[in-house]
Amino acid sequence: MSAVSRRGKIRGDEGRRDKYSVLLPTYNERENLPLIVWLLVKYFGESGYDYEIIIIDDGSPDGTLEVAQQLQRIYSSDKILLRPREKKLGLGTAYIHGMQHASGNFIIIMDADLSHHPKFIPEFISKQKEGDFDVVSGTRYLGDGGVYGWDLKRKLISRGANFLSQVLLRPGASDLTGSFRLYKKEVLQKLVEHCVSKGYVFQMEMIVRARQFKYTIGEVPISFVDRVYGESKLGGNEIVSFLKGLLTLFATT
Amino acid sequence: MTKLAEWLLSLSFLGGVWVTLTFGLLGVALPRACWEVVWPLPIYLLVVFGCYSLATVGYRVATFNDCEEAARELQAQIQEARGDLTRRGLRF
Repeated sequence: MSAVSRRGKIRGDEGRRDKYSVLLPTYNERENLPLIVWLLVKYFGESGYDYEIIIIDDGSPDGTLEVAQQLQRIYSSDKILLRPREKKLGLGTAYIHGMQHASGNFIIIMDADLSHHPKFIPEFISKQKEGDFDVVSGTRYLGDGGVYGWDLKRKLISRGANFLSQVLLRPGASDLTGSFRLYKKEVLQKLVEHCVSKGYVFQMEMIVRARQFKYTIGEVPISFVDRVYGESKLGGNEIVSFLKGLLTLFATT
Repeated sequence: MTKLAEWLLSLSFLGGVWVTLTFGLLGVALPRACWEVVWPLPIYLLVVFGCYSLATVGYRVATFNDCEEAARELQAQIQEARGDLTRRGLRF
């Protein structure tokens, strides 16, 4: 698709009111899901934007779906949509699956484990409007952004990996592996179609492909509070698969 | 062009210039003083880039914000959310 026709389509959308569909892929998030939904409802309510929350649960054995159904009864099925799947199938297909039923013209993706705080969403939205950005990405590495609950080793790996990726890929965005982002719906659709990576690298590929397709990217500093419940992992395996993914992107984009 | 191709292209261009100057190809003969600077240049640049990388990463690790306040705010909101949701009949 050329830049011209894409612009045209965006203009055509301006007549209708903006709506934001939040995609929440979950796996064993029974503890966190009610809390993240409560926070989303709170901040969307305060800011007055039109929204819906789409929960894509991949057959969690801990009863995440059951708690999601309770939330749907509390907040109505207009606001909370359930799109469960039988078993764990990658993140990319979760986005496709969730988007099929999304009625918003913007899609917000975030983690359901409370490491991404919904208070930043109104900032994402105003940043998007400011420059008519195709993608707005949360960043831990700029301005007031940061992390909580990381030791020195974790910070060193994160900064080192980020520096290496910046040198090799020059992606025009400071946080490549973050997964708290806002997309125009058709932009996310196109990106997901073209992204093949898994895990951390998937988020990186999304932003690198965005640059490749000449989409514009805005950034909002976010604080990343590491998993309050459950465990966060970053072992040798993650690092090896990250490097493999990085080199694959280096050679193919 | 992929990033890999861009790197290979730039490196082979710079490498070509360096080889030409160092080995006096194409009839280019540098004055002795210049030549002494040019031939070890790749090593110098590598060392400079290494130092730059270490300094940058070190500085960024040292200045990585710790969001204590955000963590406290979240904990307080979690308590509030639990209370409110329990009142609305949610069974955790």
